[in-house]
Amino acid sequence: MPEHPTGGSALRIKVRYFASIRERTGVNAEEFELQEGSTVETIIMEAKRLHPKLEAQDGAIFVSVNGDFVKPSRRLELGDDVALFPPVSGG
Amino acid sequence: MLHYSLRSVEGEALIRLTDSDFNVDEEVSQMKKKSVGGIVTFIGTVRGESEEGQVNLMEIEVYPEMAEKQLHAINEEAIQRFNVDDIRIIHRHGELHVGDNIVLIAVSAGHRDEAFNACRYVIDELKKRVPIWKREQTPSGERWVEEGSPE
Repeated sequence: MPEHPTGGSALRIKVRYFASIRERTGVNAEEFELQEGSTVETIIMEAKRLHPKLEAQDGAIFVSVNGDFVKPSRRLELGDDVALFPPVSGG
Repeated sequence: MLHYSLRSVEGEALIRLTDSDFNVDEEVSQMKKKSVGGIVTFIGTVRGESEEGQVNLMEIEVYPEMAEKQLHAINEEAIQRFNVDDIRIIHRHGELHVGDNIVLIAVSAGHRDEAFNACRYVIDELKKRVPIWKREQTPSGERWVEEGSPE
């Protein structure tokens, strides 16, 4: 991963989208550049800012980090695998 | 074929996310052994109607890495909690038609109570926390089904 030009204070996180969230964003995944110390909540806010259609999401938006459900207060770390998706409906 | 799997020590796939159908008899026969006194299976199939009316076609999307992790955890929990012998979970994704198989949960145990309880636990937990989504095609359009939340 390339060094951040301003001196390593940024956190580059790849976020994946699934199901109705993917359709609302129009992309499968994208990279966010965040301040160190950012939380999952920052990602949700940033995704909503970039994709206003996400505000129209009726139900909840769930976030996983490295395959586990996490709370919005979860701090992000380099290499975290983040995904945003709606309530599930398998089975 | 898109096929993700987790394998046991013996090399049999215990958890599979696949775009092809499964053979219930084949799966069940592989679970039979001396210590097993009963095998309970749950098969989820595509229903031809939903709250929104008639369903013509179903598309299933999966987040494979997380789904495998969650299914593996559910599998472990059920084995610990109900003291069953073995659990197989197969979930399909891609395009499915009315009547098609969606999911198989097969649980083998020494006795029936443990097998029934574990099977119920696995399908209930799957519906709450495994990242898989159904998209229904109905005469009035397409809709995502969004129901389950982790506790």
